[in-house]
Amino acid sequence: MSAAPARLPTPLILSAPAALLFGALILTPLVLTALLSFNEFEHATGRTHGFTVAHYASVLSDSYYLEIFLRTFRVAALATAICVVIGVPEAYILSRMRNPWRSVFLLVVLAPLLVSVVVRAFGWSMLLGPEGPVNAALMALGFGRMRLLYSEGTVIVALVHVMLPFMVIPVWTSLQKLDPAVEQAALSFGASRATAIVRVVAPQILPGILSGSLIVFGLSASAFAIPGLLGGRRLKMVATIVYDQYLSDLNWPMGAAVAVLLLAANLIVMLTYHRVVEGHYRRRLG
Amino acid sequence: MSFLELQDITKSYGTLNAVSDVTLSVEKGEFVSLLGPSGCGKTTTLQMIAGFVEPTSGTIRLDGRDITHAKANSRGLGIVFQSYALFPHMTVFDNVCFGLEMQRVPKGERRPRVEEALELVHLAAYAGRYPRELSGGQRQRVALARAIVIRPPVLLLDEPLSNLDAKLREAMQFELRDIQRKVGTTTVMVTHDQAEAFSISDRVVVMESGRITQIDQPYRIYEHPETEFISRFVGKTNLLPGTVQAVNDRAATVSLGGVPVEIDAGALVRGDTVTLCIRPEKLRLTGSGLGRLPGRVAERYFLGSQWLYHIDGPLGTLMAVTPNDGSAPLDTGEPVGLDWTPSVVRVHRGRLAEAPDPTLEAH
Repeated sequence: MSAAPARLPTPLILSAPAALLFGALILTPLVLTALLSFNEFEHATGRTHGFTVAHYASVLSDSYYLEIFLRTFRVAALATAICVVIGVPEAYILSRMRNPWRSVFLLVVLAPLLVSVVVRAFGWSMLLGPEGPVNAALMALGFGRMRLLYSEGTVIVALVHVMLPFMVIPVWTSLQKLDPAVEQAALSFGASRATAIVRVVAPQILPGILSGSLIVFGLSASAFAIPGLLGGRRLKMVATIVYDQYLSDLNWPMGAAVAVLLLAANLIVMLTYHRVVEGHYRRRLG
Repeated sequence: MSFLELQDITKSYGTLNAVSDVTLSVEKGEFVSLLGPSGCGKTTTLQMIAGFVEPTSGTIRLDGRDITHAKANSRGLGIVFQSYALFPHMTVFDNVCFGLEMQRVPKGERRPRVEEALELVHLAAYAGRYPRELSGGQRQRVALARAIVIRPPVLLLDEPLSNLDAKLREAMQFELRDIQRKVGTTTVMVTHDQAEAFSISDRVVVMESGRITQIDQPYRIYEHPETEFISRFVGKTNLLPGTVQAVNDRAATVSLGGVPVEIDAGALVRGDTVTLCIRPEKLRLTGSGLGRLPGRVAERYFLGSQWLYHIDGPLGTLMAVTPNDGSAPLDTGEPVGLDWTPSVVRVHRGRLAEAPDPTLEAH
């Protein structure tokens, strides 16, 4: 090891492209959005450059907005929970498969990522629409036509469909790191297969479940296309009202305020969750 | 009837037989090692005893009970895995306690039993640590404590020492044997390391391509290997191909490429093709001009307690080992004589098949 008297700028140079990209494409718009949210707005003249916190005050005091925020987080939390319930066993089964089935099914799990979210949302709306195959089947079975579109349930189902790979992949990765002998060891000491999974496998893949949940929750809470296309005009979520404020009401500062609040709320929820779950397991798994 | 019995156990994967017709009886309290190069079927055999692999045919009996198709979690065996397979999210105490919990041992009984097991492996002070906070040797001990705490009828050790460094491995060998003696558990160990197998086993089972080739006490396997493969796999040996020239009541003369060598007769007939095996430590180095064969030191290696010489002579290069008695060793190029007692020569019938390099095969 040399003494290295002058620090080489190599690390800085190497991280510069990513830093520039991050700064230009994420930080700058965020700062601009935050600044915008403090501008005054007049319906007649559009935004003015005065400073006000009125937009924040009106969002936080208006039960209309609060309801939309609550709905957004409820939908995101439910979608995340369902993704855990479906995705974790899916990843476990996948990791137990042998090739070639494993490769085939991994591709099946990942394939939805290759199709645009918008296309998939339209797929759901065709499937669940009043003339769609699901309703046709319900009619044929004598249940009568049901209104499936534009409900919270539909949005959750579609979100789960879109987000599932983001749960399966991190869980699958942590399962790959698992020593298969550990599960055998549990069996050899008399544990049933279910006990072995609950007591030995699940705790070890918890970091994977944690990161999967964070990704799914974050993406679901800020999802736009799915609630926009499947929630319709009535079932609004935060991302869709941001859009409305910008493009229908042309109230940019209000839209910016809602967006900033969504970001803040999302961050608080995710950081809390992360702290609680990871803090619990940090010492054990290192 | 023996305590653990394997009867004609075979495991095939498609057309490939990983294990063929393995029959083995292990007595209660015995320490038996399965020794062989990798791919010889020893681990598969252990996995069949453990219940992780189902035999294609044959039966496994434990204490008279047929367990061939019993589930792994109903056998109650103690297993130490090669990777240790500790539960990383549990403390040492909880790791050891896991088996007791699964066997529904009353709560009050668990703590003293776990503490006793940890005491036995000298880890009592580490009960509250997590596996990642332990060294390799300590993890190995936790794995051992975890396996013996459930008082299993049979303890299975899968290459238990292969992940430890040489010094620790040697220390653990003796400790393993010591613990096994104290607990008295019937033990089956899989290893590819002959030193490990020999030093601590009551009997060694040598396996080669899915079959058992010899079952014997370590000393007997070393001194009387039944096949050339074993003589090569177990320790170092000089293999000398030759032809029987003359036979009388007590002795036979074998011509090794024109050099006549006397051996104990056995049931040899004139004209037989044989291979003679002489262990390097059985060769004595004498002064030049004495002994049975002349030679010259081609190379010498210092092994600490011994000197290993390569001696060039009329039979090619032979290995000879002499104890390091503190005197000056022979120099390279020095002429010597080679001598041995006829009774130390082992004879295998037939000519040597061109064998794969034992150094490649031994791992």
